[in-house]
Amino acid sequence: MASEVIEIKKQAKSTFKEEVMKILPEGGNLNLCLTCGLCSSGCPATGLEDMDPRKFLRMASLGLDEEVLNSNWAWMCTMCQRCLIACPMKIDIPALVFNVRNRWPKETQPKNIRGSCDMAFKNETCSAMGASEEDFKFVVEDVLEEYQEAQLEFAEMQAPIDKQGAEFFLNQNSREPVTEPDEMVPLWKILDIVGADWTYGSKGWAAENYCLFVADNEMWEKNVRLKAKAVDDLGCKVWLNTE
Amino acid sequence: MREGKLKVNSDWNRDLKVKFTVQDPCQLVRKSLGDPIAEDLRFIVKTIVGEENFVDMAPNRSNNFCCGGGGGFLQSGLPEARRYYGRLKFEQIKATDADYCITPCHNCHSQIHDLKEYNQGKYETVHIWTIMCLAMGILGENERTYLGPDLVDVNPYPS
Ligand code: SF4
Ligand code: SF4
Repeated sequence: MASEVIEIKKQAKSTFKEEVMKILPEGGNLNLCLTCGLCSSGCPATGLEDMDPRKFLRMASLGLDEEVLNSNWAWMCTMCQRCLIACPMKIDIPALVFNVRNRWPKETQPKNIRGSCDMAFKNETCSAMGASEEDFKFVVEDVLEEYQEAQLEFAEMQAPIDKQGAEFFLNQNSREPVTEPDEMVPLWKILDIVGADWTYGSKGWAAENYCLFVADNEMWEKNVRLKAKAVDDLGCKVWLNTE
Repeated sequence: MREGKLKVNSDWNRDLKVKFTVQDPCQLVRKSLGDPIAEDLRFIVKTIVGEENFVDMAPNRSNNFCCGGGGGFLQSGLPEARRYYGRLKFEQIKATDADYCITPCHNCHSQIHDLKEYNQGKYETVHIWTIMCLAMGILGENERTYLGPDLVDVNPYPS
């Protein structure tokens, strides 16, 4: 918990918190804090970087913008919203954290998250691991064939890609096709047994979206729109994202 | 399952009595569909492992602790902070004394698996689909990576 006393040298004015309040519904209630501490007492990130959610919010309120904007703690709060449901005043601290992340220059953001966000656009697949349309198709077809041959009850099982008009469009996290392809199979079997009319897409197939974690609003939206377009282009009714 | 299209039960675990708990992913439960989806999750898990073999963590559902894998923490290059964050999750799972933690989210799966390795816990970390297929007797040899020695040979397929 907080230990060091923070000295406020001059009458500071929070410009950062005011800016965040302008873009949040009800200003995220950021001015309503009762300092009760419920948020901090149930937050797993309390204690990291000598910080906790109440302290973070209070610092923002006191206009300690530089400290708030440079705190590495913004990358240690997972924006899980547990504090938000516990807070009697429904104060949206995770949204404050999101906007701190947003202000970090791209080159100083944690490089693996940033890199995974950017990598999604290397192909039209949204894969943060950079897997292409062809890579995905190859792995899915290869694995399917292997199982059709080895497990006779599933000789007719399908794992369609780009099936026009299928009811369900299923996203797939890149981790399976890239590092553990056999893990895709149990779900295929379940879909096969229930007779689901489903498909993957060669475009927009990857479920993950790291741009959300670096709080890059433009790229985050672009990622979602690429996926949504893939669903629409195939005329699917339901979009299933297993993330 | 409710429509009867997926015939699955917990007979396989009646005598084995392997204990399961379930992680409520923040993104799925607290941040989007709320407690009703947490109930659906329990309906599924109890059906496939047996009600008597299910142990809930405390707190749970919308009030569950985040595992610490979310928000990009797994990719942030801050493993010490991430594992410190995850200590509450590890203790929660340990307190259930479960043999398996079912994780319905990729980030949760990676983080909870890592917490077990790092803290030398005794539980295994599995996706729902693995246990569902195991229960139906259609889980092949190569689909058993995350099962522990107690289940790796149970209900083999093809038999
Ligand atoms: S729970 Fe809400 S009111 Fe209480 S200290 Fe935290 S932010 Fe302030
Ligand atoms: S959203 Fe952040 S501050 Fe709030 S409980 Fe979760 S980790 Fe803690």
